[in-house]
Amino acid sequence: MAAEREPPPLGDGKPTDFEELEDGEDLFTSTVSTLESSPSSPDPASFLAEDISTNSNGPKPAEVALDDDREDLFAEATEEVSLDSPEREPILSSEPSPAVTPVTPTTLIAPRIESKSMSAPVIFDRSRDEIEEEANGDVFDIEIGVSDPEKVGDGMNAYMAYRVTTKTSLSMFNKSEFSVKRRFSDFLGLHSKLASKYLHVGYIVPPAPEKSIVGMTKVKVGKEDSSSTEFVEKRRAALERYLQRTVKHPTLLQDPDLRQFLESSELPRAVNTQALSGAGILRMVNKAADAVNKMTIKMNESDAWFEEKQQQFENLDQQLRKLHASVEALVCHRKELSANTAAFAKSAAMLGNSEDHTALSRALSQLAEVEEKIDQLHQEQAFADFYMFSELLSDYIRLIAAVKGVFDHRVKCWQKWEDAQITLLKKRETEAKMMVANKPDKIQQAKNEIREWEAKVQQGERDFEQISKTIRKEVGRFEKERVKDFKTVIIKYLESLVQTQQQLIKYWEAFLPEAKAIA
Amino acid sequence: MSFLLFDNMRNLSGFTIPSLKMKTMQVTFEYLAIFKKTVAMHEVFLCRVAAHPILRKDLNFHVFLEYNQDLSVRGKNKKEKLEDFFKNMVKSADGVIVSGVKDVDDFFEHERTFLLEYHNRVKDASAKSDRMTRSHKSAADDYNRIGSSLYALGTQDSTDICKFFLKVSELFDKTRKIEARVSADEDLKLSDLLKYYLRESQAAKDLLYRRSRSLVDYENANKALDKARAKNKDVLQAETSQQLCCQKFEKISESAKQELIDFKTRRVAAFRKNLVELAELELKHAKGNLQLLQNCLAVLNGDT
Repeated sequence: MAAEREPPPLGDGKPTDFEELEDGEDLFTSTVSTLESSPSSPDPASFLAEDISTNSNGPKPAEVALDDDREDLFAEATEEVSLDSPEREPILSSEPSPAVTPVTPTTLIAPRIESKSMSAPVIFDRSRDEIEEEANGDVFDIEIGVSDPEKVGDGMNAYMAYRVTTKTSLSMFNKSEFSVKRRFSDFLGLHSKLASKYLHVGYIVPPAPEKSIVGMTKVKVGKEDSSSTEFVEKRRAALERYLQRTVKHPTLLQDPDLRQFLESSELPRAVNTQALSGAGILRMVNKAADAVNKMTIKMNESDAWFEEKQQQFENLDQQLRKLHASVEALVCHRKELSANTAAFAKSAAMLGNSEDHTALSRALSQLAEVEEKIDQLHQEQAFADFYMFSELLSDYIRLIAAVKGVFDHRVKCWQKWEDAQITLLKKRETEAKMMVANKPDKIQQAKNEIREWEAKVQQGERDFEQISKTIRKEVGRFEKERVKDFKTVIIKYLESLVQTQQQLIKYWEAFLPEAKAIA
Repeated sequence: MSFLLFDNMRNLSGFTIPSLKMKTMQVTFEYLAIFKKTVAMHEVFLCRVAAHPILRKDLNFHVFLEYNQDLSVRGKNKKEKLEDFFKNMVKSADGVIVSGVKDVDDFFEHERTFLLEYHNRVKDASAKSDRMTRSHKSAADDYNRIGSSLYALGTQDSTDICKFFLKVSELFDKTRKIEARVSADEDLKLSDLLKYYLRESQAAKDLLYRRSRSLVDYENANKALDKARAKNKDVLQAETSQQLCCQKFEKISESAKQELIDFKTRRVAAFRKNLVELAELELKHAKGNLQLLQNCLAVLNGDT
């Protein structure tokens, strides 16, 4: 039952927001189970952990990457826009430089006026009715677009600002559609905050896109060449996928920092994300310490599930890396093929010019034209190879790293519990010693300490059980998402291959009579 | 095959000699592609010789076709190879001198300009076509690796996506075969065609060179005759020499003209044949690929 949610009391001695999260978690769990049993809600599952965007709820996570240069980001939204709708067609015949193309939705998502309660949003204050309404209203939806990369400033202080557009019918937001300008370090700051709050309690927080000193330097310096536009586009698409994944996580979606990131026009600069800042160096030191710890902690795993899963993820990681390497090679060769085809086209045109037999000359020119078109085709296919296939794989390689991190946190949690137990034992021994030595004030102190550590042991056990439970759920959700993601994106990718072949057929069919016409 | 036959024919100066290509055979799938190419090339060469009014009567050719035991063909010995080398050097040096001479005859002048440019452009097109074909092959090889990786994923995954991966892996394996064939066919119909005409146009240039040489000889003989007449010394010898040169020049001009006209006819026919076949093959493969992809998608969409 939905408790009256008040902002958790601050300063209650707990180091994290863990407690309130715990309650929040329970809230939704109970809600879901109720919803599932109620026949009136069409797809309660769509609301929660499992698949937020199962139905046509806007672009599936990595699918978005595909649409970066096209307007269809929101085309699939709540309306029934079929996958073959004409707007989707030109994915592969888009303009060559998609970098600064704004992602404008072709269909606006009409807010669910009938089921939406326009109450002022209260953090964590979602009444059960609201939730049910939303589920009944067919949509629990939020869609994010990242677009319009814009260079701000000059020289080494310059940065790229991206427009983050949110469309949603969720009542927790002030409006149903809004956008803000964010820079890359803002995204990193967001991730850093979410990670610090949720990672160590077992939530798989999607990793932010990677920094690139080289890439950004080129942009700062003002190199307007294709490699820097490519870099910006790659980053834009990655940021979009990152946000999409983050909002699909039901717990993270509730986070105030996330909401602030999406909504508020001004955001305090996240300086701590810089690699060489004090915080950055601290991070590096911590990472090193963690790595050492990982090697030294030997946990008594009582639950085979965790061992199994860790092994599975390890395997998956290796396989994905191999596949990723092959796909990257394909992208590279496809780009090469495109360049070589273009070169050949020019050469064939020249040959056609110097050919003095008229009909053959014409045919050679036609061949040159065909090859030029095919070169375009290869370029677009390379695009699809990369943004659909390759980036999907690299996203998941990093996500799996996050999953592994979560498992590691569990081990640390166990360690903490273990240590507390050991300390408790020591305190008990101390008490016994004091009893024997008959030192009343020391005995009292020992008793106090024992109470303290008993509580810590209990807490440690609770924490450990909680994180174990959370991880199980998270992994379940993650696996479901992964399957869906892969299937969706790979099917999309195959469809891009289909398109290429169809175009090839068209081109060669047009050329054949020209060749036959040589007399 | 008979290098010696080739060489003997080379020495009949008034004719363009069909160029012959030799390729080493490789095992595996490429073997067949190469084999196809080689057979085609040899066939073209022999047909050309057979169709040639003069060359078809050559005794060497008849022996080659009819002798039903092994021809023991002697390869070039060192001396002959050295001779070749020097001949080429002289030719290129000469070529520079000779090409400076402008031709009185419009036909040959036009041919010379045309061939020079055509040869260079064919050379460029041939190189670019080669590179394009090779990239195609690299991409096909990548498909192969992707297919294997997907297979590994499919056999190891714990979720229900393994069937999916296996199906896609199968698709990549099959599509890779088609892509490899596209590359091989492009190689055969386009790259080889261009390579062949690279050599043909070189042979035509060589023919023009020989004619120019003969023209220079003729003009030199004329000058020598004038000088002899002026000095009134060795006139008869000079006259005979001049007459010979004149005959030689006229003969070579006549046959060269015919050869060059034939060259054009053959070139047009060869290009037509190959371009048509290329287009047909590309279509066939694209359709095959499309079918594969659509079938696979139908299965994948049906499952999910």
